[in-house]
This record gives sequence, C-alpha cells and structure tokens, in this order.
Amino acid sequence: MSGQREPRGEEHRDDDASSAPDLDVVLSSRVRIARNLHGLPFVNKASEDQCEHVVKTTRHLLMHIPSNDRMIWVDLEQSSSHERQLLVERHLISRQHADNNIRRGVAVAENEQSSVMINEEDHVRMQVLRSGLQLSDANEACRSMDESLGNHLEYAYRERWGHLSACPTNVGTGIRLSAMLHLPALRLTNDIDRVRQAAKDLHLAVRGFYGEGSESTGNFYQVSNQVTLGRSEEAILDEFEGTIIPTLVRYERAARQVLFDKHRRELEDRVFRAFGMLGTARMLKLEEAKKLLSSLRLGVCLDMLRETDANITMNTIDNLMLLVQPGHLRQHVNCTISPEQARGVRADLVRQILIGD
Amino acid sequence: MKCDMCDKPAVVHEVTIVHGVKREVHLCVDHASEAGVAMPGISSSTNKLISKFSAGGKPTVMAPRCPQCGTSFAQIRQHSLIGCPDCYDTFEEPLGRLIERAQAGATHHVGRENASVDRPSERMQRERRLMDSLANALSNEQYERAAEIRDQINQLSDESQDESLESETT
Ligand SMILES: [Zn+2]
Ligand SMILES: [Zn+2]
Repeated sequence: MSGQREPRGEEHRDDDASSAPDLDVVLSSRVRIARNLHGLPFVNKASEDQCEHVVKTTRHLLMHIPSNDRMIWVDLEQSSSHERQLLVERHLISRQHADNNIRRGVAVAENEQSSVMINEEDHVRMQVLRSGLQLSDANEACRSMDESLGNHLEYAYRERWGHLSACPTNVGTGIRLSAMLHLPALRLTNDIDRVRQAAKDLHLAVRGFYGEGSESTGNFYQVSNQVTLGRSEEAILDEFEGTIIPTLVRYERAARQVLFDKHRRELEDRVFRAFGMLGTARMLKLEEAKKLLSSLRLGVCLDMLRETDANITMNTIDNLMLLVQPGHLRQHVNCTISPEQARGVRADLVRQILIGD
Repeated sequence: MKCDMCDKPAVVHEVTIVHGVKREVHLCVDHASEAGVAMPGISSSTNKLISKFSAGGKPTVMAPRCPQCGTSFAQIRQHSLIGCPDCYDTFEEPLGRLIERAQAGATHHVGRENASVDRPSERMQRERRLMDSLANALSNEQYERAAEIRDQINQLSDESQDESLESETT
C-alpha cells in the first residue's frame, strides 16, 4: 500500500492560524466543488466496475496535478474505521463517505488544506479548507484544482444545467462555500433564531459542527450557500464572503460587546467557571467539553483571561476542539478505549494542554 | 403526496416488489387513467375490464425510465438522487421543476463553463455548418455570400489557434 499513511492525530492544519482573519468568529472557511465524469452513471447507480473505473481514472491524476502540496491517497475501502473517523473529525471526508461501502477513496494534501473525495455522492468532490475567513483564497485554490482536473477529465455537463450532479441541490456551478462560525453571544442574547430565519430567507443552510445532519454543540454553526444554479461562482462568492458572513460576524461582535458592557459579571462567571471545570475535571463527556471550550473561547476573544497565568489562545482552543474528539483521543493513547476511559483521557488531555497539569 | 408525472395530488399509490426491489408508484387521476390503472370510484365493470388486460396479477403501470440507467422519475424524487447524466435529458421537464424548487427558482446555469473537451467539438460543429452553407452559396453562385462565409470560417480557425497557443503557455 504505497502512498498510504495514517492521518495525523496531533497538530492542527499547517496554515498560520494565529494570523487568520476574523478568527474570533470564523473558525474556518471551506470551498467545495462537485463534479461527475461524462458517460458514467452517478455513484448511486454505478456498478462496482464503474466505481473502480472512477477511482482508477482520478487517483492517478490527483497524485500528479500541479500543486504546491503533495497529495496522499487513502483507499477508504482498505482503511480502518479508526482512520476514517480521524479523517471525518479533521473535516477531510464526510461522515457519508466514511460510512459508505463501495470502491472509494480520498486524496488528502499533506498540509491538510485540501482533499478530493472520490465516489462520495458525486464522482469527484474537491474541497479546500482555510483558517478564519479566507474564502477567496480557498476559492482560488479550489478553482485551480478543478481546472487542472478538468483539463484531463471530461466532466458531465449540459449547456442548460451546467455541471451535472447526483443531487438537484448541487447542479450548475457545483460550488458550496461554507464558514464555520462561533456564535456564543448571539445564542446568549437569544438572537440566534432570528439569524437562523434570516439565513433561511437568504437560501443559506445552517448546520452543526460536522455539516449535514449534525446538531450544533458549543454554538458552532456551519453556514453555507444552498443555491448553486443560476448564479456565477463569482456572484455567489461575492455575496457570501462580501456581505453575508461579514454581517453575521458584525452581529456576533456587537452581541459580545453588549454582553461585555452590560452583563460583565455573568459573562465572567460563565468564562471562569468553564476555565475552572476544564482545568480540574477528571472526566469529561465530548458535549460537555465542547460547551466549556466554547465559553472559554468567548472569554479569550474578549481578552478576559489575561489575569490568569495560563497562556491560552484561540489556536489552543481550536486545537483542543479537534483533540477531544473520540478518534483523536484514541490516536493519542494509541489503543482502543471504552467511552468511560475516553472521558478520563479527554479530561487529562485538556488539563495538560490548558494549564500544564 | 404528488403525482410522479406532474404536480397534481396523487390518488393511486402502488407498491410492487420485483426481484426483491421495492418500487412505489404514485399517480394523479389523469396519469393513472392514462397508464390504465384501475381506479377506486370508477365503475366496477370498467375496473373488471382493466383487470382483464392486466392479467397475471402484476400491475401494469409503466413509468418512463431513463434509457441509460433505468431510473424512473419517481425514484429520483423519492431519493433526491439522479441516476446519470442522461436522466437530465430524459426527465428534463419534471426534473426541471424539481431543480427549480431546490434552487430558489433558477432554471439555467450561469458561470464557469465546462473546462474540457466540449468546446472544440462545438467549434467543429459550427465550422461544419459554415462549410455546408459555403458549398451551398457556391453552388448557387452567390459569391458575395460565399466570401462572407469564408471570412467567418477563417475567423473561427484563427480563434482556435489562439486558444491552443494559450493553453500551451499556461
Ligand atoms: Zn399526474
Ligand atoms: Zn439516467
């Protein structure tokens, strides 16, 4: 199995997250493009041979497209469920892609800033990830990947519909922009439902931490465009990155300011309780850890933890958000652990990273 | 539930299992009678007549299927998954309505075109059409018209050379 490798379990993505724009509200940006190959049924109707054909055709290309980042191929049919879990937790494949049971794989850039899922719902789903609000940058990288592949593959395309997709929700540009937002203050001021309604009116999808079908824990919301047809990539990007996300960022910051000015005591109580719990707990459930980390993150953004000795940054917390997930914990201890054991390992890891315990 | 063939409410619902595969059919009054399905409320003699034609016990509803992948529009709607590129042509009208609903009313693509192989073939088609009309013009001794067409052909091949130069340098 040459070219295969365990996904890394420890450090964060390689881009310089500390300087990422709007990191106080936007954890990460993602651009995803869906494509299908001409002359073949979509994945849901493809035979085993046809799936194999798609893998063979794309895999070789992906290993050789001009790119700054070396791509590593992971054959998901051969990989362990633990490996797949890690890839899901790092947002490099979808849950659906992990759980599917057909010939499929993913090419992951060594710096983990991009990945190309083969035989997910569509034959090809390429995505680029960035810290903070960097959609133009991600879009540029994704477009160039699309063009490189498009020079060698014939995509399924119709003049009227544009790029054809297996699901009607992706036809046209096949482009999906998303931003992972941290909106704790809008939640506390009870404005989050208004935001959800506004998002719906603007044809945006609002989902939880793992995208489709997942609930929001710790006030993390993935916002993405739903309309892929009838508007150019540029128009979609301009509106999303130029208007929609900045507006949400502004609302959240304003709500944080209100809390800070008018309810400082309550806010501090929340933040320092979270800090205390995370710094002393001996067992932590995943949900609990995420909620506490969310409160702590808000405190760090408002510079409330200055007076403590701990040197906690947003990156520390975002990194912890990754590390407390079950797959990452398993990777950390390097053996299978029960859910109860995982709670203990999680609490120990959090204390170690937050306060050097 | 709506009719598989149009947006009217479905009044006939059939579930059949063929070779272990469950298939659901939902049709409105019009499409059901068009498909020859016995309808509740229609006189029993008509029903008997219809059931005679559908002897063998198997339902006779024939929903159109994509010739390429065998998917019916009912399946597409049920799973929100299209079977293959040809489904888009086979079910252009009903699928168009489904897409319109999913895409906030959009009906046509705007944006990046297919990067790859399609463009040259489109150009070749245009060139072929121009060649045909050139031959036509010449045989009708319309020399002015022929000169115009020849200019257009030259322009077309100039464009294609420019493009291939561009793609070599990038
Ligand atoms: Zn009907
Ligand atoms: Zn089809």
